[in-house]
Amino acid sequence: MTVFVLRRLIQAAIVVLLMSMIVFFGVNVVGDPVDMLVSPEADQAEIARVIRDFGLDRPIYEQYWYFLKGAASGDLGNSFIFGQPALKLILHHMPATLELAFAALFMAIILGIPLGLYAGLYPDRASSKAIMAGSIFGFSLPTFWVGLMLIMIFAVWLGWLPATGRGDTATFLGIEASFFTRDGLSHLILPALNLALLKISLVIRLTRAGAREAIQQDYIKFARAKGLSTGRIVFVHLMKNIMIPVVTVLGLEFGSLIAFSVVTETIFAWPGMGKLLIEAILQLDRPIVVAYLMIIVILFVVINLVVDILYSLLDPRVRLGEQGA
Amino acid sequence: MTLTVSNLHTHFFTRAGVVKAVDGVDFQIAPGEILGLVGESGSGKSITGFSIMGLIDDPGRIVSGSIRLKGEELVGASEDAMRTVRGNRIAMIFQDPMMTLNPVLRVDTQMVEAIRAHEKISKRDALARCRDALGMVGIPAPEERLRAYPHQLSGGMRQRVAIAIAFLNEPDLIIADEPTTALDVTIQSQIIHEAQSLCKRTGTALVWITHDLAVVAGIADRIAVMYAGRIVETGDIDAVIDTALHPYTVGLLGSVPTSNRRGERLTQIPGMPPNVMNLPKGCAFGERCPRRSSECDAEPLITEPRPAQAVRCFHPHGQGGKL
Ligand SMILES: Nc1ncnc2c1ncn2[C@@H]1O[C@H](COP(=O)(O)OP(=O)(O)OP(=O)(O)O)[C@@H](O)[C@H]1O
Ligand code: SF4
Ligand SMILES: [Mg+2]
Repeated sequence: MTVFVLRRLIQAAIVVLLMSMIVFFGVNVVGDPVDMLVSPEADQAEIARVIRDFGLDRPIYEQYWYFLKGAASGDLGNSFIFGQPALKLILHHMPATLELAFAALFMAIILGIPLGLYAGLYPDRASSKAIMAGSIFGFSLPTFWVGLMLIMIFAVWLGWLPATGRGDTATFLGIEASFFTRDGLSHLILPALNLALLKISLVIRLTRAGAREAIQQDYIKFARAKGLSTGRIVFVHLMKNIMIPVVTVLGLEFGSLIAFSVVTETIFAWPGMGKLLIEAILQLDRPIVVAYLMIIVILFVVINLVVDILYSLLDPRVRLGEQGA
Repeated sequence: MTLTVSNLHTHFFTRAGVVKAVDGVDFQIAPGEILGLVGESGSGKSITGFSIMGLIDDPGRIVSGSIRLKGEELVGASEDAMRTVRGNRIAMIFQDPMMTLNPVLRVDTQMVEAIRAHEKISKRDALARCRDALGMVGIPAPEERLRAYPHQLSGGMRQRVAIAIAFLNEPDLIIADEPTTALDVTIQSQIIHEAQSLCKRTGTALVWITHDLAVVAGIADRIAVMYAGRIVETGDIDAVIDTALHPYTVGLLGSVPTSNRRGERLTQIPGMPPNVMNLPKGCAFGERCPRRSSECDAEPLITEPRPAQAVRCFHPHGQGGKL
């Protein structure tokens, strides 16, 4: 196990380094931030001073080298616009995004698994077919459109839920989240649902497919032949097998949940990293963009590692295979 | 009688038509008796077993007939009542030991739950009983095996675990559906011996389903030969092997290599088993039968030309009939 984790950590470091190159050079090809940094009335000397101050006169590989040196000590550069460290700005906005992503993940699990299980156990019922049809919509409707519809229906027409912002937050166990207040919760529901929609559909399909397959297996027939109750067969024998792919895929999807929150945060004015990113892109605030992308890369790498470990814990066959290797 | 099956019909109502998988099966089995249920693939052996267990799923259902366990009717019993029978009074063992144990649950979990589904018993006492059961079927170091996952055990070991599970609640009857087909020959004969002696010791009746006559000859007291959803011949194992009456049984025997017929040519039954969705008129074996006559366009009924040996045929092989 230790060897396995160590090997994966080295792989992860290489991935992060490669990505940093792609991100850094990629971002530096787009636009000229100088236009944004200086006022339109600035003279030539002023412009030259700004370029020098921000190190934009140096060759790009040298800029990259400075960036790497800084990154090694946790400094991803200062925001052109705010003048503050980019990392600090992003970390400041991260809890809101994480909260949104976790809320969406939670919805995907508590809605997706029971619905998928039901559709898998009773595939011929009309309600199951309705669930599956619904999941196709979940897959194919664009997130931004669904977001606008949610706002229109629940915020504008029905007036049940607020459409924008994060609402009141409260601190519990050192975590500040809107999850802990009524107002915050009511702000959270719509954006979380919007973000979760795709994942709910995914979990429904995975769970259903898993249930359909597992139910054909001899071990389920054998469990029935032992006289076990339906509850035990479904929630122990069936679920334990279905959960392996569901947990794996959900874990891997968590990264994309964070990445995709960009759209949802923009629609619902949710003050997270995604909203920060969009503003940074519009203003060509390169350090923020680079820092955001780097953090997403690292998140993905860490999530992958955690999922691999989780997977080996869930599936005894994999667990032992590792020990043997 | 432990089990009396009479005139059992189990059909599958598929889109393509009605599959008469079991179409009028009768047999009885006494305590401690071992009945070999033999027939080619698709003859309805497994479906007979699942019918007895009450495990026929849509689109199938028991259309008519009766299954009595110690006099108690099981056909039409509620699902709850069947659940208390399954694994408790009738247990089942499946063909492929690689598939019958749940891959993500430990052996002890899968054994203890089989006991606790039927009686209130502490986990410790249940575990002790599981350990004994594993010892009984010849598993060394049962304590250790209990904590193993199925994939850590060989095929033979897994099938022994399944057999131990079947015996856990001291059932009246065990249905073993080709339990040794997937195993190699030495393990196969060991397991057959263990199952046989366990049945004799505990008085458990056993239905041993197989398509291998040699296996049946080694374990069964009686044999029932199935063809296209019906039993075409039944009798004491020695009598049937000695003097098979039905042309199909004779054909099956002709395709088994035995020690006293070494050197002789093995014969194969020509043709294919009929499609049970679309049975020919009259005798189902007619198209493949060398003794067929015009009489056979009607349905043959069960007759008992010799004591304790019944056959469903108009022209059974005679006594001392040549094999
Ligand atoms: N779910 C089902 N739907 C339709 N037909 C079925 C179904 N299950 C079984 N049958 C049919 O019932 C018939 C008997 O099947 P069964 O499994 O009892 O055969 P078997 O004698 O056990 O054969 P094998 O030696 O291959 O196990 C076959 O023709 C099979 O196609
Ligand atoms: S009834 Fe006729 S066709 Fe059928 S097995 Fe007997 S002889 Fe052959
Ligand atoms: Mg079968």
